[in-house]
Parts: sequence; C-alpha cells; structure tokens
Amino acid sequence: MSDITWGLWELLLKGVWITVQLTVYSAALAAVAAFGIGLARTHRRWIVRFLSGAYFEIFRGTSALILMFWMFFVLPMGFGWQLAPMWAAVLTLGLTYGAYGSEVVRGAIAAVPPGQREAGVALSFSPAQTLRKIVLPQAWPGMVPPFNNLLIELLKGTALVSILGVGDIAFGASLVRNATAQSAPVYTIILVMYFVLAFALTRGMRAVERHAKAGIGQAPAGRSRLRPATGPTVTGATAPAEGEAR
Amino acid sequence: MKFDWSAVGAFLPTFWNGVLVTLQALALGSLIAFGLGLVWALAQRSSLKVVRWPVTALTEFVRNTPLLVQLFFLFYVMPEWGVTLSALATGVIGLGLHYSTYTAEVYRSGIDGVPAGQWEAAIALSLPRRRTWTAVILPQAIRRVAPALGNYVIAMLKDSPMLFAIGVLEMLGEARQFSSQTFQTVEPYTVVGVAFIAIAYPASLLLRALERRLVR
Repeated sequence: MSDITWGLWELLLKGVWITVQLTVYSAALAAVAAFGIGLARTHRRWIVRFLSGAYFEIFRGTSALILMFWMFFVLPMGFGWQLAPMWAAVLTLGLTYGAYGSEVVRGAIAAVPPGQREAGVALSFSPAQTLRKIVLPQAWPGMVPPFNNLLIELLKGTALVSILGVGDIAFGASLVRNATAQSAPVYTIILVMYFVLAFALTRGMRAVERHAKAGIGQAPAGRSRLRPATGPTVTGATAPAEGEAR
Repeated sequence: MKFDWSAVGAFLPTFWNGVLVTLQALALGSLIAFGLGLVWALAQRSSLKVVRWPVTALTEFVRNTPLLVQLFFLFYVMPEWGVTLSALATGVIGLGLHYSTYTAEVYRSGIDGVPAGQWEAAIALSLPRRRTWTAVILPQAIRRVAPALGNYVIAMLKDSPMLFAIGVLEMLGEARQFSSQTFQTVEPYTVVGVAFIAIAYPASLLLRALERRLVR
C-alpha cells in the first residue's frame, strides 16, 4: 500500500472520473434506447415490432466486449468511421444495456392492467396522452429496481474499456501495477472503489424508487440495503419467484 | 466495405479451437457457479451469524464489482500468494465465482418460493434435516429456477470473451491473434460476433421452451 505514491493515486482517481463519465453517458444513451425500443416493441404495426425485436435479439445475443472490438476495429477498417475511443465505448455500452432495458420497459408496460388503457380510450385520450398520463406513471415504479440492476451491470461493464486503452479505473490499475510491481494492493483498492460506486448508485436508485412509489400512492417495500434482486442479464425467461417487481 | 471470404476460410481452423475453449470455460464455469451458488444460498440461511454475515458480505462484494477486475486480481495476485494456475483455470474460477453470486440469489428465490406447507409436511413426517432438503425442498426449488439458472449460462457465455484479457485463447483471443498476424480485422471479429448470436439466440429460445415446461 505504501508503494503507491501520490502520483499513482492521481492516476487511479483520474480513472474514477473517466469511469463515472462513461457510466453517466452510457446510462443516458441506454435510457433513450430502452424507452424507444421498449415502446416500439409494443407498437401496433408488425414491422416496427419486428425491427425493434431484431435490435433486441442482436444486442442481447452478442457480447459487449465483442461489440466493442467491432466498434473499435471493424468500423474504422470496414466503413472508414473512426470514433474517439471514449465515444465508441459509450455507444457500445449504451446500445447493449439499452437492449436489456427495453425488455424491462416492455414488461413493465405490459403489466399495467388493460382497464387503465381502456379508461384512457373512454376518456377519449389520444394514444400519446394515454401513454404519458396513464400508462408510464404506473409502469415507472416497477421499472426502477430492474433498472438499478442494469445500472450496476453497466458500471461493471465500463471496466471492459480498459482492454481497449481508455483510461478508466481498471486501466489506471494496470499502470500502477506496472509501476509498483505489486498486484494485491492496487487491485484490492480498485475493487473497493467499484464497490463504493455501485453502493452509491444503489442508494440513489432507492431514493428514485421511493419517490416513484410515493407518486402513485404506494409505500416502498422494505428491503435490505444492497440487494439487486435479479441479475440484469436475465431476460426472456424469468423465474416466477424472482424480484422483477410487478 | 470489402468482406474477404477467403480470410474467413483462413480464420476458421483457429476459430474452431477458440469455440472449443469457450465452451470448455463455459461448462466448467457453470459447474462451479451452480455448485458454489447453492453453497452460498444455504450458508445465507444458516442460523449462525458467523456464517451468514461473511457469506452475505462476500457475495455482495463479488456481485457488485467487475468480473474483469476480479480476473486480473486472480491472475496477478494468486501467484504472489504462491498459487500458480493456468490462464484458463484462473478464468474458469473467476467466471464461476462471479456467477455463483448470481445463482445464489436464484436458488434463494427458489427456496423461498417453496410453499410453507412443504416444510410443515416434512416436519410432520419427522424427516431428518438433510432429507428434508434433498428430497423435499431442493427438488422443488431447483425445478422452478432451472430456466433462470440457464439464463446465467447464457450470460456467462457472453462474459467469456473477458478471459481473453488474461491470455486465454478463446474465440475473441483467436480473432485478435489472427488479425494481428494477417492484418485482416473485419472478418475475424465479424465471424466471432455472428457466432455469439448463433449460439446465444437458439439457447434463449430453448430456455423459453424449458420455462414453459417446468414453471407452471
């Protein structure tokens, strides 16, 4: 521990900042993709459902790391598009986790009782109004816990960028390891850093969940402090007893 | 964009080696994840705080930190402690350990989902503790969660390319090596990407069918 000088600490802290940036930007892109694709998958036209379903299956079927390699090496070689490494990473992570998120959005919207939509029709709301004023406010609290899980997965996924040379926490750690010729201290430190970031995210999402539930007059369920109920990569088949709040 | 099919042909022999290593890592990793996950799940139900707390802390920590960093930790730190394993063995342990913390949650939800009457029936029949678990609770719990466990196998498949970072020559590793030798990047990465979808999509369809059969 004592071998890590202030300069090396600075490397790690810069890495933390890059990781935080990557997480925030990717999460923003993933949220847009999740709502866009999730809503498109409930569209009346089959072609929209088919295309958005294909997007979901492709991005869910492939590995984020492979996709990242593809964005880094194939896009420049094959198409002549060179993205800055940071943005290629954000694009990959955002699109991948957006695909997982679209399943959450779709499921939560499907779980709103049909009578609610019918009420929208009876009140002669337009489809957009029904969605915005009736369906989404009720579906939203159910989305928050699975979104929390996805956010943690996204944070963990940002470590992949270090393989491609973006200077995040894990990349900083490899530099520190080379400088100090010791692995145990630096890797322990960065594991704790990631854990603290994940804990902060979970705490933040808890607050969002409380707010969302209060918005539709439900008390928040009492749960342990740090317990992502399901893995986020669980899509498609979901066991009945698992915590996808419905 | 030009797509050179002859490069695909040249890549295929090493590609199949990569597929084999990926599937090997996946099979062994799944075994560890399923076994260790059950151990965590049972330990978390223990009546002893000394057992329950450290296990809960460990699983929460492992689940909330990146697999990639855990792999580096195992790969670089274990030799410092005098344990030297091959890259593949390290990768399998890392993959299995990471996903065991997820399967533990799955088992937990399955065990919680067994109706209380089943426990009461086991007590009424004065079944010993061990037999209550092996003959009554676990068969019902695992049947309910089998599809969810299968989902984690697919998730592990998609995380297996990370093993390349510690030098395992699985699919991505082979692609990387091929492209650095021949300077053809488009074809190998595309082949590997397509291969993942070709494995993962039928597997997820299979799981959906399994779910319809098992979970009622």
